[in-house]
Amino acid sequence: MQSYIPLVPDSASTFSWRVDALYFYLSGVTLFFALLISAVLIFFVIRYRRRTPYEIPRPVAGSHKLETLWTVIPFVIAMTMFVWGAQIYFDQYKPPANAIEVYVVGKQWMWKLQHATGQREINELHIPVGRKIKLIMTSEDVIHDFFVPAFRTKADVVPGKYTTLWFEATTPGTYHLFCAEYCGMNHSGMTGSVIVMEPREFDNWLSGNTGSMTPATAGQQLYQTLGCASCHGANGEGGRGPTLAGAFGKMASLQSGQSVVVDEVYVRESILNPQAKIVAGFGPIMPTFQGQISEDQLMQLVAYIKSLQATGPPAAATAPSPTRNIK
Amino acid sequence: MKAIESFEVPVPPKVNYINAQYGLKSWLLTKDHKRIALLYLGSITFFFFIGGLYAMMIRLELLTPQGDLLQSTTYNKVFTQHGIIMIFFFLIPSIPATLGNFLIPMMIGAKDLAFPRINLLSWYIYLAGGVITIYALLAGGVDTGWTFYTPFSTTFSNSYVVATGLGIFINGFSSILTGLNFIVTIHTMRAPGMTWFRMPLFCWSLYATSLIFILGTPVIAITILLLAFERVARVGIFDPALGGDPILFQHLFWFYSHPAVYIMVLPSMGVVSELIANFSRKNIFGYGFVAFSSLAIAVFGFLVWGHHLFVSSQSVYAGMIFSFLSFAVAIPSAIKVFNWTATLYKSSISYDTPMLYALGFIGLFTVGGMTGLFLASLAVDVHLSDTYFVVAHFHYIMVGGALMGYLGGLHYWWPKISGRMYPEGWGRFSALVIFVGFNLTFLPQFVAGYLGMPRRYHAYPPEFQVFNVLSTAGASILGFGMLIPAIYFVWSMRYGKHAEANPWNLPGLEWRTASPPPTENFEVTPIVTWEAYEFAPPEETEVVGKFRPELERI
Repeated sequence: MQSYIPLVPDSASTFSWRVDALYFYLSGVTLFFALLISAVLIFFVIRYRRRTPYEIPRPVAGSHKLETLWTVIPFVIAMTMFVWGAQIYFDQYKPPANAIEVYVVGKQWMWKLQHATGQREINELHIPVGRKIKLIMTSEDVIHDFFVPAFRTKADVVPGKYTTLWFEATTPGTYHLFCAEYCGMNHSGMTGSVIVMEPREFDNWLSGNTGSMTPATAGQQLYQTLGCASCHGANGEGGRGPTLAGAFGKMASLQSGQSVVVDEVYVRESILNPQAKIVAGFGPIMPTFQGQISEDQLMQLVAYIKSLQATGPPAAATAPSPTRNIK
Repeated sequence: MKAIESFEVPVPPKVNYINAQYGLKSWLLTKDHKRIALLYLGSITFFFFIGGLYAMMIRLELLTPQGDLLQSTTYNKVFTQHGIIMIFFFLIPSIPATLGNFLIPMMIGAKDLAFPRINLLSWYIYLAGGVITIYALLAGGVDTGWTFYTPFSTTFSNSYVVATGLGIFINGFSSILTGLNFIVTIHTMRAPGMTWFRMPLFCWSLYATSLIFILGTPVIAITILLLAFERVARVGIFDPALGGDPILFQHLFWFYSHPAVYIMVLPSMGVVSELIANFSRKNIFGYGFVAFSSLAIAVFGFLVWGHHLFVSSQSVYAGMIFSFLSFAVAIPSAIKVFNWTATLYKSSISYDTPMLYALGFIGLFTVGGMTGLFLASLAVDVHLSDTYFVVAHFHYIMVGGALMGYLGGLHYWWPKISGRMYPEGWGRFSALVIFVGFNLTFLPQFVAGYLGMPRRYHAYPPEFQVFNVLSTAGASILGFGMLIPAIYFVWSMRYGKHAEANPWNLPGLEWRTASPPPTENFEVTPIVTWEAYEFAPPEETEVVGKFRPELERI
């Protein structure tokens, strides 16, 4: 046990000091006003205590100037907190493009994680220091929340959709991982650790933990066994279904006239609910895979589709003829 | 002196609302707002006792890091039921249904509320909701957290979710009826001369509260209904496995439940306005600002629900708007605090128990409100969401704010309600014990929260133990402090000194009739020719500096 009581948790990510700085600002303003109000109250309570039982003080008229003053000053102070907080928030929830991706599935009451290189972990996450890490997360059952106090960030892990969380660790060490959204019986047991390592150590750890397929490879096998290839082509070059190779990260025009970014969320939705957003020029012929694949497998499929490069035949060749539209 | 002497206090009649009729039937079928207030007082005290027992179980469990006292399923039910009982069956009805029910007609010079039968009906509805909820707790309890987040509540929980929901659903109608009654009463039943701006601020705050009752409560009713549809009939609304959206539930839930926080604290602010003015014998500084800030809180309170969803995958732009609005809604509360403080300047402050609660309220509410700014601030909220910081913050609002105001008000009006005085020395002592116990319980939780201790944890890492030991120690003091008034209030009903009609020497209408009042409240309908809190003639009004006087005779 420590001999002193700390005021802030371990600081281990690039967000830590930024959130702490705002926290100290907020604490300073709070202490200032709480002490000011208390001091004035105590002073008044002593200075203006009732001295004789029947004394009546003179009534007082209000003051618009004072009211304006103590409306405007708190508002201005509040706005500084608002702008400062919003700035950091946008960085917290805007994952950078060049991050290392880790897939996270939460379930009652454990964390399952898989690195892009194939390593699987349960309730532990090994990451290198100084690299941006992006978690792509979903839940198999109820809402969970991936919370690392030392990184000063968290995000809900929601069934039925992907949420993301990113951070860049700055200090090697082992840090708490908590589930912060109440998730049932063993909620407080849904904890683990994030182990931040020096890059070389991390590489050793990675190479010492081979043996499982990368998510993309596993996804490729699923792609074949589930029969995706029959419509989307053996290598995602397209056919009766839209071209997948090279599509990830780009815009796709929809039948409805709108367009959508092909990201993890869209790919996931299209597998589970294919009729929701149909790519322009294609018919609503794809069956749903809802209930047939697990969240792990979905993530593998997403990883595979993400890995497909535009190497197939030119896009024009995959343009469907109207006869292919099956009503 | 002159103003107080001129008050006409009738000789206490032998017959008052308590002894006008005898027998259980005369209570259970009463249409007298004062008797209904006492029925509510008894029932909410019962629920407060149950909620308090749950609180003690939570604090005892958390004394050690291991989950050793209760099983995790039991612990989850205990904190869920603590929240449900305290919020829906104690805090929401607390001040409106007891003090509001008793005092609104008396403060505006009316004989009763506009709809006395509906008033009684609201108590029976409350009771029905309460009985069903108690049944659910006895049958096996509920473990979803008071927030009922989906899809846990609709698909995964194996507890009495629908029964508990039904209890809350039914109870909501009692709130709606009470709100309706207050609004109509304040609009139509003010005595001659009792203009809107002569009303005590307590009436303004309950008017604002009633608006939330009427506009907000139907939304929680609909939400619970949808939840039940999904849980019972498997209609896909919230569970993604059925094609629903779990985040939709959070929007609907907080659309009511954030304004519900203002339902709990606005009446308390009204009580504190009364206490500050009356125990310093001074008119409230900036009456209009305090009155309208209540309405502003009621209206803007409906626009900030999204601040509960900053980490839920809500869009960052929505988060930004909700953050801005949450900072904005803090301003009317700040205005109140400054006006209360300014009222005390050059006043005559007594140290009676109600005033101690009012002063405690201002301090604790300031801390509670300002720690709310931490949670309105997006980046800090991302770290603090679902930690003990949040637990500490809302207890400062709901216990430090709402409960302190309720206790202060109960002491203040106890002579009027019961016709007896409570023991002043014990009153001051317990107010002090409660203040110390409360702070010791919840201050450490702010620190534990920033250090990352998540809420709703049955077991926790050992480094958080020191804060939990402090909290549990504080909770023991707090619980002890709460027992003292419970004992002496009951004691005073039989043995307390008889109260005069106006024991505090105050100008308010409720003090210009006997203690306890007759069934009709006033012998003759009063005609109001004075302003609120008019202790001295308005000619003597002091103008601050060169500022334009706001106080004008109407």
